Amino acid sequence: MEALKSGRSGLVPCNFESARLDTWVGQVEDRLLGPLPAAMAAAECRNNRLAQLALGQDGFLDAVAHARRRYGARRVGLFLGTSTSGLLQTELAYRQREASTGALPDAFDYAATQNTFSLGRFVQMQLGLEGPAVVISTACSSSAKVFGSAVRMMAAGLCDAAVVGGADSLCLTTLYGFASLELLSRDPCRPFDSERNGISIGEGAGFALLEQGQAREPAGTFQLLGVGESSDAHHMSSPHPEGAGARAAMQRALSSAALTSKDIDYINLHGTATRSNDAAEDKAVYDLFGTSAVCSSTKGATGHLLGAAGIAETIICALAMSGQFMPGSANTRRLDPSLRVRYLLANAKQAPMRAMSNSFGFGGSNCSLLLGRTS
Amino acid sequence: MQVFVEGVGLRGVGLNGWIASRSILTGAAPYVPAELVLPPPDVLPPAERRRTGLPIKLALNVGLEALSGSERSSDTIASVFTSSGADGQVLHQICESLAGAERLVSPTRFHNSVHNAPAGYWSIALRSRAPSTSLCCFEYSFAAGLLEACAYCVTEAEAILLVSYDVPYPEPLNAARPIAGSVGAALLLAPLATSASFARLDVQTAPGGCSPTRMRDPALETLRSGNPTGRALPLLGALAGPIAATVVLEYLCGATLTVATLPC
Repeated sequence: MEALKSGRSGLVPCNFESARLDTWVGQVEDRLLGPLPAAMAAAECRNNRLAQLALGQDGFLDAVAHARRRYGARRVGLFLGTSTSGLLQTELAYRQREASTGALPDAFDYAATQNTFSLGRFVQMQLGLEGPAVVISTACSSSAKVFGSAVRMMAAGLCDAAVVGGADSLCLTTLYGFASLELLSRDPCRPFDSERNGISIGEGAGFALLEQGQAREPAGTFQLLGVGESSDAHHMSSPHPEGAGARAAMQRALSSAALTSKDIDYINLHGTATRSNDAAEDKAVYDLFGTSAVCSSTKGATGHLLGAAGIAETIICALAMSGQFMPGSANTRRLDPSLRVRYLLANAKQAPMRAMSNSFGFGGSNCSLLLGRTS
Repeated sequence: MQVFVEGVGLRGVGLNGWIASRSILTGAAPYVPAELVLPPPDVLPPAERRRTGLPIKLALNVGLEALSGSERSSDTIASVFTSSGADGQVLHQICESLAGAERLVSPTRFHNSVHNAPAGYWSIALRSRAPSTSLCCFEYSFAAGLLEACAYCVTEAEAILLVSYDVPYPEPLNAARPIAGSVGAALLLAPLATSASFARLDVQTAPGGCSPTRMRDPALETLRSGNPTGRALPLLGALAGPIAATVVLEYLCGATLTVATLPC
């Protein structure tokens, strides 16, 4: 919260592993990524270390332990998102192949690191949960879509509470992959800037505990008001130019909450700082909201957390509501005059009552979440 | 959770479509493991078709078969794609080039490496903006996909297509994660009975204690136990038969999914 309130950016020139790329990254300092407990040594990888770091913050372990006691371990679901799980581990193993046979080193543990569910397995064990569990992997919308799955599973009676969230960690595939698409900025990314020229990749993890709402919740309780999901049906790696899929996701989120665009104060945009994403999202948001909602992308501060972006930016919306501010757009200098939404450059000292968080991913996978807070 | 089956898709080694495979699944015809036969995905524009590998083609194929008899408009049906390993060939090629000096990653390969690549091509092929999710639960990916699809179906009161697919990795990943054969399976599920529904499913989670339903044929059992999508075969076998049946699917933490099927 303090970093957001002071407008600080965590982006640094890329010095990750052996990557030789002229770009900036939002890298979590290695000294913070402690080893996993000995019993979980097989799951040792950067992604699970990041997850472990996030689980240890803000009394989250205690909150989950409380829910586990209250509902029972089998009645607490786990819905996590990641795009690349422990892929870095596989990249490193490919450098250590046995010369004559090409075999991967014996220490390589596919299930505990590379498999997309490795994150789910690790967190399930860390939290002692035995309810329904799944890892959703829809690229950059992954850890937003987990909210939709969790809500449906609770409504269908499969669990009483749910841990949602996700983790995505830096790896060479995403760094060199986005470089191959010419989508990496050489500077710290500048969402909605007239000179924006691509993304800065970040890494992170975040978690939240969802419970069924009661008629009278204590003041200050965060509410998930609505979820909207859609597909672009356009292209694998570039958004629909008119933002048609994004608009459908936002519209569905509003409909599921029985709200209209006028009810939303703040939108945390997907705002990756590529030319095409920001232009398409601007069209979609402007079509639906005009200039009634304040908008910003916080990726200039965090970088693009890919599969962890949804949970991270949902938590940013929650921080904005409880910290009574709207976050501006770190690194954005000059707003692109061709973009029309009401874009916030510097922090505003005004608490949003209801906030939307947008997450859009490769494969045209879109998700919008609506958050509120009881008064 | 109660849902109704309106369509099934199945393709795998020695399993050439749902219609052709029904008698094999019930044991009326012998199962002969044979090379996977996969027609080209005509539904994709030629440029996109060239960019797709086996897992995407397999997922599209079974998804389309499940929709083939349906009168529902295909561009409004929500979907769940589930797979343990997604596209292993793409993963292998990217890791191989990153281990080399040049580190040249092809842009197409990179965007095909996402777990939701089949869902992306599906929405492009069918021009569908309907909600779609892509998930993984390692060995239990089919069971997790079935739960996700049923929960969507009953809470949103809308039809949904479940597509499950798993294809072996190339070496050296195959040695670290062997997957038996290639299998794709799909179910078109609806919240209410219609003239198109041919079976009712009652899906429950159970804390465990029951052993999973196995395939009687040893070669089919190898496919069931060795391929995460193969875990769907006992359920498809029950749907292929004329009588009510109960199928037990393995799930996380020793739990199971019990699926009661009732022809209608």
